[in-house]
Amino acid sequence: MNIIFFLIGCSILIALIFLGAFFWATRTGQHEDTYTPSVRILFEDEISQEGAKEETRKA
Amino acid sequence: MSAYKLLEKTTVCYHCGDAIMEETSPYQLDDHRFCCLGCQTVYQVLVQSDMQSYYRYNTHPGKSQKDAKADLSYLDEPNIVQKLVDYQDEDRSIITLYIPAVHCSSCIWLLEHLYKLNDAVLASQVDFMKKQASITFKSRQLSLRDLVELLTQIGYEPKITLQDVVKQGKTVNNNQLVAKIAVAGFCFGNSMMLSFPEYFGMDAFEKNYANFFGYMNLGFAVPTLLYSASDYFRSAWHSVKQRQLNLDVPLALGIFVIFLRTAVEVLSQTGPGFADTLCSLVFFILIGKWVQERTYHHISFERDYRSYFPVAVTVVGDGADQPVQIADLQVGDRIRVRNNEIVPADAILLKGRASIDFSFVTGESKVMSKSLGEIVYAGGRQVGEAIELEVVKPVSQSYLTKLWNNESFKQYEKKFDTFIGFISKYFTIGLVTIALVAATLWLVGGDPARAWGAFTAVLIIACPCALALSSPFTLSAALSILDRNKMYVKNTAAVEQMAAIDCIVFDKTGTISSPKSSTMLFEGNLSAYDRKLIHAVCRHSSHPLSREIVKWLSEHASLELTAFDEQVGKGIVAELDGHELKVGSRSFVVGSMANQDATEVYISVDGDLRGFFSLEQSWREGLSSVVHAFEEGYALHLLSGDNERRADALRAIFPQPSQLLFNQSPADKLYRVEAWQAQGLQVCMLGDGLNDAGALKKADLGIAVSDDINNFSPGCDAILDGASFDELPRFFAFAKDAVKVIHMSFAISLTYNIIGLSFAVQGTMSPLFAAILMPISTVTVISFTSLATRWFARRNRLV
Repeated sequence: MNIIFFLIGCSILIALIFLGAFFWATRTGQHEDTYTPSVRILFEDEISQEGAKEETRKA
Repeated sequence: MSAYKLLEKTTVCYHCGDAIMEETSPYQLDDHRFCCLGCQTVYQVLVQSDMQSYYRYNTHPGKSQKDAKADLSYLDEPNIVQKLVDYQDEDRSIITLYIPAVHCSSCIWLLEHLYKLNDAVLASQVDFMKKQASITFKSRQLSLRDLVELLTQIGYEPKITLQDVVKQGKTVNNNQLVAKIAVAGFCFGNSMMLSFPEYFGMDAFEKNYANFFGYMNLGFAVPTLLYSASDYFRSAWHSVKQRQLNLDVPLALGIFVIFLRTAVEVLSQTGPGFADTLCSLVFFILIGKWVQERTYHHISFERDYRSYFPVAVTVVGDGADQPVQIADLQVGDRIRVRNNEIVPADAILLKGRASIDFSFVTGESKVMSKSLGEIVYAGGRQVGEAIELEVVKPVSQSYLTKLWNNESFKQYEKKFDTFIGFISKYFTIGLVTIALVAATLWLVGGDPARAWGAFTAVLIIACPCALALSSPFTLSAALSILDRNKMYVKNTAAVEQMAAIDCIVFDKTGTISSPKSSTMLFEGNLSAYDRKLIHAVCRHSSHPLSREIVKWLSEHASLELTAFDEQVGKGIVAELDGHELKVGSRSFVVGSMANQDATEVYISVDGDLRGFFSLEQSWREGLSSVVHAFEEGYALHLLSGDNERRADALRAIFPQPSQLLFNQSPADKLYRVEAWQAQGLQVCMLGDGLNDAGALKKADLGIAVSDDINNFSPGCDAILDGASFDELPRFFAFAKDAVKVIHMSFAISLTYNIIGLSFAVQGTMSPLFAAILMPISTVTVISFTSLATRWFARRNRLV
């Protein structure tokens, strides 16, 4: 059952990695603006004239 | 449905959604109609750059462009630019601009695609909640002024004020707190996992693991104690030194005792300790702290005169005009102030006809005209033509600035005893007494091991974790509910303060009167025949004031005119029924130049002055019902900087014991509030202008009423959107309910404490018991406060 020492060591190491990732995210400002990115992701990259027309035709 | 849509399309502006007044609006383009040239121009600019997508994400995403544009020449001055930008090198500049017009996803789209409109813009990023855009641009190709003009052109005028230039008191950073919560949470999760074997029971042969788990747990307790909980020790130490016991004292004591007992048990191998309880406790109370400090909005409550003043003013030099920073303004400079601009320093009028709107500074709602050579105080807003003035006092010495920097206007320490603060004084003493008594009894009984056990257990189990959470969770829930109803409260303590208020003081101009709507008043005497004459004349004029007069007269039968002559900007001369009627400005009708007021219409019949109409701001909707609702339980008063013109109307609205005081200077208002406070009243002041700033600060709760919350409002504890004015009594009732919820949750957490204590004093508390009781009490209190707050909000019709 000595394997338990190794397993606990692994689990804490992984948890530490996540803690580090969280710190990194906070420091780089990922939690500062939590609203705008949710809107930004829905914008289409480039809407050309033809593309817009096509879409209205579809609708 | 489609018919409705078609109808809507034709009657409202495609860009901003405003109604189009005239049947045949001249502003039409590509099958779309616009309310004004501004909106049409924005549309045109966007179409030219192939950016119609702006209109695809939302219908009518624009803001009306009817308002006049400000002069931006000061943005060409390198030393002003330097103070505004965040970063600047030879070919790149980064600036963060506050853009109040940001309100929908189309705004984000457009502002983040600025590079399509101008190549010199490298990148732009919007923070929607803060209404800020951070723009990187090539400063060689595009000056800051060009950039601001570009934004203004597409309808997103940034707001640049003196406060941007004099950057003070940068935003508070609570990243530190988040990091502490993360560490506490990490330790909590791990130590709980390592404690499970102990709780579920271990066989004899597994006991060698117990020591390992114990040391691991102790290892997790150390960073929680030294890093995450460090603020509590600091605060507790500070409060003990001040001899004022706050809630952090029993918290810190509890945390320390848990750690001590855990360390002793683990190192002496006598027990598993309470490491998981320690970590969960710190984790929960830190979350409570975070909830308390979280803000739901990005409105500044600390604005002062600097955010009201412009950044620069035009100085008339030899030959050329030059924009100069307000701070660099010298005595003797000749400045030019255009329509709607603010006079930044006390100055003498040299040229032009000055009609100054001082309503923001003094509360006096009438526009004052000044003659040449008269002194114009800083803070007034010029209405009408451009004027030239000579500065007689530097900005820092001006009447307004001096008023602001006056000793009596300085920040008052708001001494307010919160419920938790009140409780914690007795809580700590009671807790330590019980612990000592229990320990002494066991010692006398001859069981020192139990004495130690009982003493520590009492301090651990009675640690006021749930109590520390009840107040922040209740108040921040209340805060967000008030927020949704357009009452923006500065912090949670202000909500509690709101519940304690028993005296409400109103300002008049802009607070209980609405700057947006107005009513006609007539001063003088009119016979029934005069009314008919005036009606007949005004009916033929399209001037807005004439229309208002026609509405006011509400006559039907009309007389035939024999002659009619309307002179633009002056008035009307008409002949009818053998009489000559003059309707218009004072200078036009009476011939005197004094006391010009653009909103007054004088009437004379056959050269005999009958009186004048004036346009007055009307009361906010629901004023009398608000006053009526407050009548019971609150003392109501009125402090107005204005004259007694409309005192009678107000006396009819306000109840008998109220004091209605007029002609109050800003300092008078402050002293009045102070006097009421001296009578033991908890005063709430509602105001809007700079003239109320002192009173707002002095009052126990200062509420600034504003019709546009992004605009300037003086420093205060809460900002109320004018549209929600009629809901004020419900806000106050809700604040009282929120405090009731805190009291109830205190009773709940006390019950848990008593149950825990009854075990603790016997010295028989197991770690498992503590590990279960602590989170359960916390969860009960948090869910109770959230549910109860929502329930009360619904009862007050706020959700």
